[in-house]
Amino acid sequence: MDDQRPETADPTAAHEPAVPEVDLPGDAFDAVLDSLDDRDPDEILRFEGFSVARGAEGADEDLSGDAADAYRLDPADGDRRTGLTERDLHEALSERAAAVTDWYVFERVVGEFGPRRAFLRWIEDADGETVETRYAALAEGIERAWGELKITATVTDRGERRYDVRHADDAGIPVDELDAYEDPLDARDLVTFDEKGRYRPLKTAPSLAGGWVFPDLGPRDLYETVETIYPATVANWHREREDELDVTHWRETMERQSGIYGVVKTWDRGEGHEHVDWVAEACCDDSQCLKRREWEYDEDTDLDVDGGDGAFPCREPCSVVVSAARKWTRLESEQPRTYEFDLTPSEKEQVEDIIDAVADGRTDEIREADTKEGANRYRTRFLRAKLFDEDGNLGGVPTEPDEE
Amino acid sequence: MQSLVIVAHGSHLNPESSAPTYDHADTIRATGAFDEVRTGFWKEEPHFREVLRTVEGDEIYVVPLFISEGYFTEQVIPRELRLAGWDVSEWGSDGLSADQATLVAEDIDREVHYCGPVGTHRAMADVIVRRAESVTDDPDVGDGFGLAVVGHGTERNENSAKAIEYHADRIAERDRFDEVKALYMDEDPEVDDLPEHFESDDVVLVPLFIADGYHTQEDIPEDVGLCEDHTEGYDVPETVDGTRIWYAGAVGTEPLTADVVLERAADAGADLGTALDDVRETTRVATGD
Repeated sequence: MDDQRPETADPTAAHEPAVPEVDLPGDAFDAVLDSLDDRDPDEILRFEGFSVARGAEGADEDLSGDAADAYRLDPADGDRRTGLTERDLHEALSERAAAVTDWYVFERVVGEFGPRRAFLRWIEDADGETVETRYAALAEGIERAWGELKITATVTDRGERRYDVRHADDAGIPVDELDAYEDPLDARDLVTFDEKGRYRPLKTAPSLAGGWVFPDLGPRDLYETVETIYPATVANWHREREDELDVTHWRETMERQSGIYGVVKTWDRGEGHEHVDWVAEACCDDSQCLKRREWEYDEDTDLDVDGGDGAFPCREPCSVVVSAARKWTRLESEQPRTYEFDLTPSEKEQVEDIIDAVADGRTDEIREADTKEGANRYRTRFLRAKLFDEDGNLGGVPTEPDEE
Repeated sequence: MQSLVIVAHGSHLNPESSAPTYDHADTIRATGAFDEVRTGFWKEEPHFREVLRTVEGDEIYVVPLFISEGYFTEQVIPRELRLAGWDVSEWGSDGLSADQATLVAEDIDREVHYCGPVGTHRAMADVIVRRAESVTDDPDVGDGFGLAVVGHGTERNENSAKAIEYHADRIAERDRFDEVKALYMDEDPEVDDLPEHFESDDVVLVPLFIADGYHTQEDIPEDVGLCEDHTEGYDVPETVDGTRIWYAGAVGTEPLTADVVLERAADAGADLGTALDDVRETTRVATGD
């Protein structure tokens, strides 16, 4: 997949961002002490560029009194190296507050849960860039795209991460001009309807409405917000990065269906996969869904349609596709017939224009008096007035022959 | 770390379908009894197939927000969650007594406690009664009132009728309402003839459904005669053939339903602290004092 780099962290950029001053917060220092307490004296606690351990070097036997309570720093870079008191340690870590707060954010705030940790590290390229580079980039704001979301990560002067999440179309709009939210679960209401107030059955459809912002989220709440707007996308993206994405292809998915959906397995007749190409073109195109389709006809047979460029993968036909496939299974079981009626060349093209406009969701964009457009309402009403009989039959030709 | 996963049907067409699931999840989150509360759906996202991979905890309780034991709880959900070795005999149920089965979910290679559906839990009778209190705005409703519990009949699912009868019988035993009847949409005694089945002047009609949708907002109101066409709307109460019918809408929208979700998890071994008491208290109908 296209593992894009954070936009402002490019070290080759002409402008070299400055590394911000960071104060060491008490909770980060306390977490270091707790972590050292939990370790054996010789077990080191690693930060970027240095480590800290409890106890005097070489005194791992017969530790007592001062030696047991002392700390050591390695490499010390001119600071005292061994026998540090808690106060000395605090001073030394304050000098290295960026590395310590970075450790604190990922080890204590973000925690172990794989998808959350990987996502938050990816945002600032924590597995590729140094603390110094990242903090400098965060000070200016690191921007990431996730579906239609724009995520901007920053760092406070205490080394805490803060995130601004909004619709990408709202980039650059001041926070006070948008509806601001704090609770990730509020995002549920933002994803239910599109801009025109229509229910969105597919969360990853590119129809997310804008006008809102989560201006100041912590790391965990950022993850929850993204997972609320695009459910399970981070989990699947994470599995893919770990080379563990479990893709279930079309055939297997349809074979699994039961109840009213059991019929869909009969649509595969061992005569190729053109019908599934049409399904993917209809439902899974980037214009319809932001997931990148990774499923194919079966393990050995790729579809002829492109899977798209989305950041997060689609690992099996979704429930919207399965439901639509059920309908198509019934419709496609019909045999074609020859109907005969006359159209002018322009009328044939107009029918094509109408199909295009509906398929591309463009009907609302066609202006009322723009009769140059085939899918214009007046043009379409004219076509209906001219070509439909009183029963609504195109060209006056009944759908069923015996209706004549 | 203790996690609750509420699984429900959801809808491609109707946003109200998932609303009770979210509401009850929020109520339970507020109790703090679980480290995380997740929701998964058949028709919405995250899908049953993918919800477990969003779960962080190691003590996972899956509670189906469904009315009866049947196709969804016995086939669809276990299959889609990939519960290894699932067989309906794991529940050892007579159609009403499913409790829980502990199985490895292959999707995450961790054990989950797969609980019986909310609708057949004995505590659901309390929710039906609470629904009657809500719709009449009377915490003591009962005297002079009949109660009709309504659902699908056996045509769609044999256990659906069993659940309705079970709760109706339990509520009748409490002698709170003058009469309690189980009525069905597709078999006798039919909800269409509701006034014929009751002597009381006032009858609360509680449909045993999880969410409001086609059945509770269109089918039943028209069948009962609350309105000619559902788009016209109706009053609560509405008088039909001399009986004042207090139509309650889907029982699953009643906030106390969150309590039944918790009961299911507790029965499966979840440590809930005071959450059950908290939910019963916070979802009460105001007494007007």
